[in-house]
Amino acid sequence: MQPFTIVTGKVAPLDRANVDTDAIIPKQYLKSIKKTGFGPFLFDDWRYLDKGDLDIDPATRRKNPDFVLNDARFAGSTVLIARENFGCGSSREHAVWALTDYGFRAVIAPGFADIFFNNSFKNGFLPLTLKAEEVDALFVESASAADFRLTIDLPAQTVSTPGGLRFSFEIDPFRKDCLIRGLDEIGLTLQHADAIRAYEARQKVSAPWLAA
Amino acid sequence: MTTSTRPRTLYDKLWDAHVVLDNGDGSALVYIDRQLLHEVTSPQAFDGLRLAQRQPWRLSANLAVADHNVPTTDRSVGIEDPISRAQVEALDANCAEYGITEFKMNDARQGIVHVIGPEQGATLPGMTVVCGDSHTSTHGAFGALAFGIGTSEVEHALATQTLVMKKSKNMRVTVRGQVAPGITAKDIVLAIIGRIGTAGGNGHTIEFAGEAIERLSMEGRMTVCNMAIEAGARAGLIAVDATTIAYVQNRPFSPTGEALAKAIAWWNTLQSDDGAVFDREVEIDAASIQPQVTWGTSPEMVLPVSGRVPNPANEADPVKRNSIERALHYMGIRADQPITDIAIDKVFIGSCTNSRIEDLRAAASVLRGKRIAGNVKLALAVPGSGLVKRQAESEGLDKVFIDAGFEWREPGCSMCLGMNADQLSPGERCASTSNRNFEGRQGAGGRTHLVSPAMAAAAAVAGRFVDVRHISAGN
Ligand code: SF4
Repeated sequence: MQPFTIVTGKVAPLDRANVDTDAIIPKQYLKSIKKTGFGPFLFDDWRYLDKGDLDIDPATRRKNPDFVLNDARFAGSTVLIARENFGCGSSREHAVWALTDYGFRAVIAPGFADIFFNNSFKNGFLPLTLKAEEVDALFVESASAADFRLTIDLPAQTVSTPGGLRFSFEIDPFRKDCLIRGLDEIGLTLQHADAIRAYEARQKVSAPWLAA
Repeated sequence: MTTSTRPRTLYDKLWDAHVVLDNGDGSALVYIDRQLLHEVTSPQAFDGLRLAQRQPWRLSANLAVADHNVPTTDRSVGIEDPISRAQVEALDANCAEYGITEFKMNDARQGIVHVIGPEQGATLPGMTVVCGDSHTSTHGAFGALAFGIGTSEVEHALATQTLVMKKSKNMRVTVRGQVAPGITAKDIVLAIIGRIGTAGGNGHTIEFAGEAIERLSMEGRMTVCNMAIEAGARAGLIAVDATTIAYVQNRPFSPTGEALAKAIAWWNTLQSDDGAVFDREVEIDAASIQPQVTWGTSPEMVLPVSGRVPNPANEADPVKRNSIERALHYMGIRADQPITDIAIDKVFIGSCTNSRIEDLRAAASVLRGKRIAGNVKLALAVPGSGLVKRQAESEGLDKVFIDAGFEWREPGCSMCLGMNADQLSPGERCASTSNRNFEGRQGAGGRTHLVSPAMAAAAAVAGRFVDVRHISAGN
C-alpha cells in the first residue's frame, strides 16, 4: 500500500451531504472482476448524462458539465471535500476502490458512515474528519482561490491551506501508524517475514516434500 | 511446534505444526502449505497484489483451475456468457502473469478444484490447504487442515503464505459399527447432519471417526468431509491410516523416494492421541443409517427414504414449525407425504461431493441395463475431472449412462450451483448428488433433493425416490 505521510494536492469540492455508496459507484459496476478500473465510473450518475455500464466506453458518454469532476479547474484533484455523512449506504469496498482508482488520496468531511470509514483504511485512503465549520471554511477558500491546494500532514495531524487556515484532526494511533508506513493487513503480516522464512527453513528440514 | 506431552487431537497436532507466531490472544499466524485457486473468488485478490506491487510468496504452493463457470457441453466453442467468460479469462491471465500452475479449461486434468487437488497429490496429509470456496473442507479427508476463505484472505495467503487465525474447538463424531450393504458415505454424512443440524459444528473442527468411517474409501471420506461445512464446521478431518497412505502415493505432486519415506513416518502420527479431549462428542450407530433423502431447503431437513415428510402441526417450536411450513411450500410437497411418492423432473450426478470414479461406478451399477423413467426430462452425469471422465470411459461407464438416457458431460461444477448453463427451471424437482438444497441454488425456483449417486440413479429409473436396495434386488 502507498504510504500516506504529507500529501499536498488539488482539492475537488463536492458540496453535498449524505453522499452514498450507490452514488460513489452504482451497482452495475460490481459485476467487475477487478479491484481497479472503477475510476472512470466514480460518481457515475452525477458525472454523465447517459446511463453507463461495464461494457460501455466512458469516453463515448455525454459528460454533465455541471458536475465538479468535469470542471477543468479540478482536473487531477487528489483531495475531496464533502459534507456530513459521507459514504453511507452499502458495504461495497468498490466505493473506496473507485475513489483511489480515480486518484484521490483522502476525503475531508464532518462525518463518515462506519463501513466506508473502515474500508478506507484497508486501502490506504484517509477519511479525514474536521468540524463542520472547518470544512465550511475550506469550501469558502476553495471557491475564492483558483487552483486551490491544501496540505494534509498526517504525522502532525494537521490540514493547512495557502490562505492560512490550519486545523488539527484526530485519528486512531494504530490506523495512523498503518497509513504512514503504508501497511495494510498483508503489510502487517509481512512485518513478520523473517518469522515466516524461519518457519519455512524449519519445515524444509522436518517436511522437505512440503517445501518443494 | 510445541513440545507438550498432553494428549492432542488431530486438529491440535495440525494446528501446532503450522503456527508461525502465536499472538498469545488465541490467534496465531498460521502457515499455509497449499492454496487452490478458481476463477470466481480470485480476480480481486490478484488485482490487490498488482495494486500493491506484491508477488506471490511461494509460487509452488498454488494450483489453479477454472470450474464454476465452465460449460459442460462442447468446449471447442468457448464460453457463451460474456461475464462467465471474463472470469475464466481473468484466471488464465493472472496465472500466466504470475507463473502459477493452472489446468486450463481444455486440459485433461481440469476439473472441480476439490476433485483435482487430491487426484494430483496436491492435497497431502498434514498440510494446511485453503481455497476461496467453503467446500475446501473436502481435503480434510486426508488428515489435512483444510478450510474455505474469502477473497481478501486469498490475497493474504498469496502474498504471505500465512493467515491470521483463531483456533477452533474440537468436536468428534463417531460412527460406530458398520453400515448395512448399499449404504454410502453420502447417507452417513446426511444422517450426521440430520442429527446435529446445520449449525451443529459451528466454531468447531469436526473429526469423523469410528469403524464406519475407517471402512470408507478415500472417495467416500471426501464425500463426508465435503459436507462438514453443511454441518456448520469450517473444517472436517479424518485420521490418516493405510487407506490414506495408499491413495496419496504415485501422484504427480506427491513425494517420492527418501522424502516419501520421511513423509509416511510423519503421516502415520496424524491421528488423535488416546485420551485427547474433545469439546464435544457425538456418537451415531452405523447400522441405523438408511438411504437418505432431503425433503426441504436445508441439508438438515433430511429423512430416511422410508420416511414421510414432516407435518408442521406436530412441531411445538413455532420457529421450527414456520420453517417446515415455508420449506413445504417452496418444495411443493405435502405434510405426511411418503418420500417415495415424490416424483422428479431432473437428475444431477456430479459436484465436489459425488463426482469421483467410485460415485460414477455406484450410479452406473444401478443404471446398467435400465432406462430413465418417462417423466425425467433431463439426467446429467458430470464427472468431477477430466481424469475421472477418462477413467470412467475406459470402464465403459459412459455407455451405461448414455444407454440409460443420461447425458454424459464435460467436468465442472455444473448444476451444483448453475453458474453456467446447467440450471433448474422454476418448479422443477431434481434428485441431486450435490451438497446444498437451498432455495434457488440450482436455478431460481428449482427444488433440490440431496441423495447419494446410487439413490439418484434409482430415482432416475423409477421417476421418483425409491430405496436403491429394492431396485438392485429386483434385477
Ligand atoms: S461443485 Fe458445487 S459445491 Fe463444489 S465447488 Fe463447485 S459449486 Fe462449490
